Amino acid sequence: MQIRIIGQRLLQERLAFISLVYLVFLVILSIVAPFIVPYDPEAQDLTKIMMAPNGAHWFGTDELGRDIFTRLLLGAQAAIQAGAIAIMIPLAVGVPLGIISGYLGGVVDDIFMRIVDAILSFPAILLALGITGALGVSLWNAMIAIGIIFTPQFARLARGQALQVRREPYVEAAKISGAGPMWIMFRHILPNILSPIIVQASFSFSLAILVEASLSFLGMGAQSPQISWGGMLHQAYSMIFVNPMMMVFPGFAILISVLAGNFLGDGLRVAVDPKIKRT
Amino acid sequence: MFIKFLFRRLLYVIPMLIVTTLVVFSLILLIPGDPALALLGDNATDEKLAQLRTQLGLDQPVLIQYWNWLMSAVQGDLGRSLFTGEYVSEAVISRLGVTFQVVLTAMIFSFILGMFFAITSILKPNSWMDYVARFFGTLGTAIPNFWLAMLLVVFFSVNLGWLPATGFTSVMDHPIGFLKSVLLPAFCLGAFGAAQITRQLRSSLIEVLDSDYIRTAYSKGLLLWPVIWKHGMRNALLPVVTTVGLMFGNMLGATVVIESVFAIPGMGQLAVNSILQRDFPMLQGVVLVMVVLVLIINFITDVLYGVLDPRIELD
Repeated sequence: MQIRIIGQRLLQERLAFISLVYLVFLVILSIVAPFIVPYDPEAQDLTKIMMAPNGAHWFGTDELGRDIFTRLLLGAQAAIQAGAIAIMIPLAVGVPLGIISGYLGGVVDDIFMRIVDAILSFPAILLALGITGALGVSLWNAMIAIGIIFTPQFARLARGQALQVRREPYVEAAKISGAGPMWIMFRHILPNILSPIIVQASFSFSLAILVEASLSFLGMGAQSPQISWGGMLHQAYSMIFVNPMMMVFPGFAILISVLAGNFLGDGLRVAVDPKIKRT
Repeated sequence: MFIKFLFRRLLYVIPMLIVTTLVVFSLILLIPGDPALALLGDNATDEKLAQLRTQLGLDQPVLIQYWNWLMSAVQGDLGRSLFTGEYVSEAVISRLGVTFQVVLTAMIFSFILGMFFAITSILKPNSWMDYVARFFGTLGTAIPNFWLAMLLVVFFSVNLGWLPATGFTSVMDHPIGFLKSVLLPAFCLGAFGAAQITRQLRSSLIEVLDSDYIRTAYSKGLLLWPVIWKHGMRNALLPVVTTVGLMFGNMLGATVVIESVFAIPGMGQLAVNSILQRDFPMLQGVVLVMVVLVLIINFITDVLYGVLDPRIELD
């Protein structure tokens, strides 16, 4: 289906459209945040520690007197980067491998699918933790690990789709007219299986934000002075008996961003499916 | 016929085991530079480094390393902790029970909650009960479990003082204490699964209840509940079996986070500590045991699905 039609249908999915607007806003925020934040994120003011939200500090301050609103805005960058990397690695590695496997079929496909199944049986966070542990603890490595653990899902999806369309008349026609396998796979098959991959990407984006937050919460992702919402919650957890207010906003930021990714995915699924007709 | 089916499913597990063990083993290859140096730090003496290389088998070709590692693992020897020197297998086994108790309670939670919300939501479509169930189904899959845990700790432990904020009591030692200590962690661990079951069971119930044989059952004069239980549930639960299998793996992974929040001495905590202490054999051991557990559960759900669904031919 054409992008324009998908866009039009997506516009009708109100929740998905609002989510898309929010996510675009978040992407812009992650770029411009360093220039617009009201305070220095590391500036400590020990006369103003653990303040409740007020006029000067909209979301209050942490145990070192740093402005939570400022840190929350800057934390968007880690979330967006994690989401972006977590779908770029599978798109660059998983999708091509899946298409090749599905198109070639036979023994290659059998072996490939066994490997994919095996990797998929790892609990996601655990494998991410293992990879991060081996590569060395850092936010960057955590994001790469998330990208790696999402790759088999995309490979399997692309493979299943490629398997479906490889007998389609337009593929046969391309074959007869002398097109090589690479040309067929990436000029004919890929564009026709993009829809479900885009839907999956949307869900993976929000899951990546969740996993990045979890890893940073465990201290396996963002390291101080890097700011991430998960890291902020880690810090808030140590203050849970003293100032429970600190954990409210970073948690909501994660929740809303993940919800947005899920709603967008739901909406896209409806928008790209030509079988679902809206009344 | 059933034996044959079982055997074929078992044959399918073997390549999975080979690949998963290969992945767990290869984690050590991901360590940048010299693993021995990375694990011991820059201050290590040459003698210590050489000793660790021998201990981890790093002085041999990779495939030999894998083979030796695998053979020891099959015999229950996962090496020794670089940090405490204790046997990895013993450390993992001593924590397996704790994690199992938490995960099992979480599974029960998510199943009961999921069933409850799914059924209340389809009884009266678009009623407030339906909206609550759908809200729960949406929220449960998006809320970070450690944030949910923190919110509940603030509410139930800090404000009300009803439940302990951290720690774990085994069911064998003190059943009441177990319930108190497991309630919050199991709920947080199970929320995601409960939401998944709600969503899936709701949509499959809607589909099933719309089918001809349900309408026939109604037209025979049967009441709503017997129809839902006897005819609807049985068919609608089938896809849920697969979900429950997948859920188990997710929950095992999520214990890493939840056990850290509640300071529960289980496998998840062991995994986190082993990374912080750069205790690689321990990390490999925990990951290996968890993934083997997942493979076992997947095998069981696979077989269960084959038994429950008459449409799947066993031979």
